[in-house]
Amino acid sequence: MSDTRTIKVNGKEIDVDPALTLLQACEVAGEEIPRFCYHERLSVAGNCRMCLIEVAGGPPKPVASCAQNVKDLRPGPDGAPPELFTNTPMVKKAREGVMEFLLINHPLDCPICDQGGECDLQDQAVAYGRDDSRFAENKRAVEEKYMGPLIKTIMTRCIQCTRCVRFATEIAGVDDLGLVNRGENAEITTYLEKAVESELTGNLIDVCPVGALTSKPYAFTARPWELRKTETIDVMDAVGSNIRVDSRGREVMRILPRLHADVNEEWIADKSRFIWDGLKNQRLDRPYVRVDGKLKPASWEEAFKAAADKINATDPSKVAALAGDLVSVEAIKGLKDLMGLIGTPHTDCRQDGAHIGVNADGSRAERSSYLFNSTIAGLEEADAILIVGANPRWEAPLVNARIRKKWLNDLSVDVAVIGEALDLTYDYTHLGAGPDSLDNLGDFADTLKNAERPAIIVGMGVLTRADAPALLAKLAKLAGDTGVVTDGWNGYNVLHTAASRVGALDLGFLPGEGGKSTAEILAGAESGEIEVVYNLGADELDAAKLKNAFVIYQGHHGDAGAHAADVIFPAAAYTEQNGMYVNLEGRVQMANRAYFPFGDAREDWAILRAFSERLGKVLPYDDLFALRQAVIADAPVLAGIDAAVEPTSVDLSKLGSDGSVDSAPFLSPVADYFQTNPIARASKTMAECSATVVKKPLLAAE
Amino acid sequence: MASRKPATNQPASFQWSEENAKWCETQVAKFPDGRQASAVIPMLWRAQKQEGWISIPAMETIAKQLDMPYIRVYEVATFYTMFNLAPVGEFFVQLCGTTPCMLRGAEELKEVCREKIGPEMAINGKLSWLEVECLGACCNAPMAQINDYYYEDLTPENFGAILDKLQAGEHVEPGTQNPNRHTSDPEGENTTLTDESLYDGSMARPIDKLPNSEPAKTE
Ligand code: SF4
Ligand code: FES
Ligand code: FES
Repeated sequence: MSDTRTIKVNGKEIDVDPALTLLQACEVAGEEIPRFCYHERLSVAGNCRMCLIEVAGGPPKPVASCAQNVKDLRPGPDGAPPELFTNTPMVKKAREGVMEFLLINHPLDCPICDQGGECDLQDQAVAYGRDDSRFAENKRAVEEKYMGPLIKTIMTRCIQCTRCVRFATEIAGVDDLGLVNRGENAEITTYLEKAVESELTGNLIDVCPVGALTSKPYAFTARPWELRKTETIDVMDAVGSNIRVDSRGREVMRILPRLHADVNEEWIADKSRFIWDGLKNQRLDRPYVRVDGKLKPASWEEAFKAAADKINATDPSKVAALAGDLVSVEAIKGLKDLMGLIGTPHTDCRQDGAHIGVNADGSRAERSSYLFNSTIAGLEEADAILIVGANPRWEAPLVNARIRKKWLNDLSVDVAVIGEALDLTYDYTHLGAGPDSLDNLGDFADTLKNAERPAIIVGMGVLTRADAPALLAKLAKLAGDTGVVTDGWNGYNVLHTAASRVGALDLGFLPGEGGKSTAEILAGAESGEIEVVYNLGADELDAAKLKNAFVIYQGHHGDAGAHAADVIFPAAAYTEQNGMYVNLEGRVQMANRAYFPFGDAREDWAILRAFSERLGKVLPYDDLFALRQAVIADAPVLAGIDAAVEPTSVDLSKLGSDGSVDSAPFLSPVADYFQTNPIARASKTMAECSATVVKKPLLAAE
Repeated sequence: MASRKPATNQPASFQWSEENAKWCETQVAKFPDGRQASAVIPMLWRAQKQEGWISIPAMETIAKQLDMPYIRVYEVATFYTMFNLAPVGEFFVQLCGTTPCMLRGAEELKEVCREKIGPEMAINGKLSWLEVECLGACCNAPMAQINDYYYEDLTPENFGAILDKLQAGEHVEPGTQNPNRHTSDPEGENTTLTDESLYDGSMARPIDKLPNSEPAKTE
């Protein structure tokens, strides 16, 4: 829509898109309009009345600017542009009146309210309200509601804007919240006070303009103005959500989303938001060395010496290295170079054994073969989506939210799933549970073929299977037949679950010439072929298999990997060091240090650099900057920080190889959304969520 | 208004009677495909007719029938105060307490209810009661609705007698309880519109031309 319409806002003439609301038009003109119920990403409710403005020539009363479009304005006399006013006495009086009404039943308990200091009601009462209230009667009070382990409710503070109801229904796709009763007795509640069963519930806290919905784990711990705010990147899944870590001293007090329209919009998943208590528990804060079968605290020197002696005494071909899911690109580069200097080809970043990054002939696969090529935002352009072997709701909640957004806004989009038939918050056709359905798509084959921009989402539930190459070959054929990859559109999407994975694949942290993969390294460790394993934060593997080998564990949590270790190098977690992460779309983003690591723990790259010196094989970089240059020299694509991913083509013929297919059904690798990594397993909040949301349906199997 | 919360004791399930199940189908059929949710109010109403109140299982049954989330049905049922969320007596007295009735003695009637029945929403034998807002019969204030019928021009005496009779299972004629009144006519003789000529046709004047009787002009 290119035609614009001329309107006047406070006497200033501007041209705006007629589809805008008056509120948006006033914003274009640089006028701020107070609001409570209006939220850019939610439907318009128009029930708080805070956004009243005056429209000249319109009805002789204030107009709710969020609920009227520019195109519905009547022109003035002789076709003069319609005039809006936001600064007249009428508007001032209207705002004061609305504010006074809103505060009638509000408890005004700001001193004990967690929203204090960042409350829309507080701010707008100061800016637009009267100085006192004429209401002398009793205020009403509302009972608290149970909404699950993450959300604390003080419902007396609620102003019935229904943002939370709209968020739950529209974005999260769970019809759990509602506004019940009416008039003075109106209340927000979940159906019969059940927990809100969504992985996006934390966002309810953000959308609530007052202190009615607040964070339970954060309750009464800090005031917003005393926190240091660090903008960084989340690593709980491969989406790379933009977050802000609020810390006080060496303690993370809370985590909030940051706006990134192409990645997480302004939402984050619950695991990303409520993980922080896991950063304090089970931490490795000093080096350990195993003496007589027991891990004993040691100094860095002792730990380095024990590890270096062992490596120097071992044939390089018996040394292997594994990288975990939460480590930054720099750490992986450091480890890769160190292994290069030691001279071993046995390196792998795919601790889940995913068949990815390597072609059937053993050569390195092109980048687009392991990316989410359509991009997350690009899903909104797709018109048919096939999800194979993935549960996006748990593997990447914000990708799922995008699919839902597309599905909600576009009736013509068709979604189909091969794999587990789970509630994904949108309707889909369930084509089958296992690979057999790939040969028999039924009508959906035509849907894909006729679609202009079809997309296939391949989950780790496919790629981690033993028959993955054969499955990939089938998928490639399907993609080729249905035009998933065309000029200017690449709908071949791999849904990663590990934050570090794409970066590690970009760097080629994969088995070298004659090198062993994760499974082979583990088998080698059992059989004695591998004697030393350098484990950089890989905890999702069967650590028992490592017990015959000498394991150097570098990481931040005392989880599976550390228990199997002989030497532990305590490292910083993702909030404690600077680093780059590449998300599943191939977008490079910078994580920043929010506070210094605990105890003797050090940054990952610094540990590797220092260790290389003790080994006598010095890594050629002295600071992070030099290391980053080395990273970029190795993988030039990583130079473009936050560069949008261009749609590149993918050579489908190179995907997978022929072979026999096992007809067992696809299973998502994420069996418990709240327990996928060592930080989450150390978090009490996550354990509680897991107990309420994940375990419950099993107990109450209907 | 008493606070409206679903009853603590809920039945285990809800079952439509055969006749009502059929009736529901006819209601759903009235609406186009994908718009079945529009039948929610008639169905809730029917469920209330069947059981006297709307239980949680009833709401859930209706939600499933209409393919609606439970909370959406729950919102509707709690919004309309005419839906009873807890069991009521065989005779459910909804006593108007809004201004006209209040001025004409509703306060005393409430006292009668409290005495003869008990607190609001408590069931005593065949009776329970609730204060409601204006029922639109202010010209016969004070009044109460008992099940589907209006009982008007109440006094503490005649109201008390009505309650006693209902409790005893006797029939009470609905309508005005003032023997000197016929429906909402004034007590005794009419005082306005008494001019005979209003009714004998003498006020009528012949009409020359019916308005809008000419064909529309074409330019
Ligand atoms: S709880 Fe918060 S978001 Fe929900 S209606 Fe109340 S004020 Fe609005
Ligand atoms: S913002 Fe317009 S009515 Fe609430
Ligand atoms: S006030 Fe009682 S019926 Fe209107």
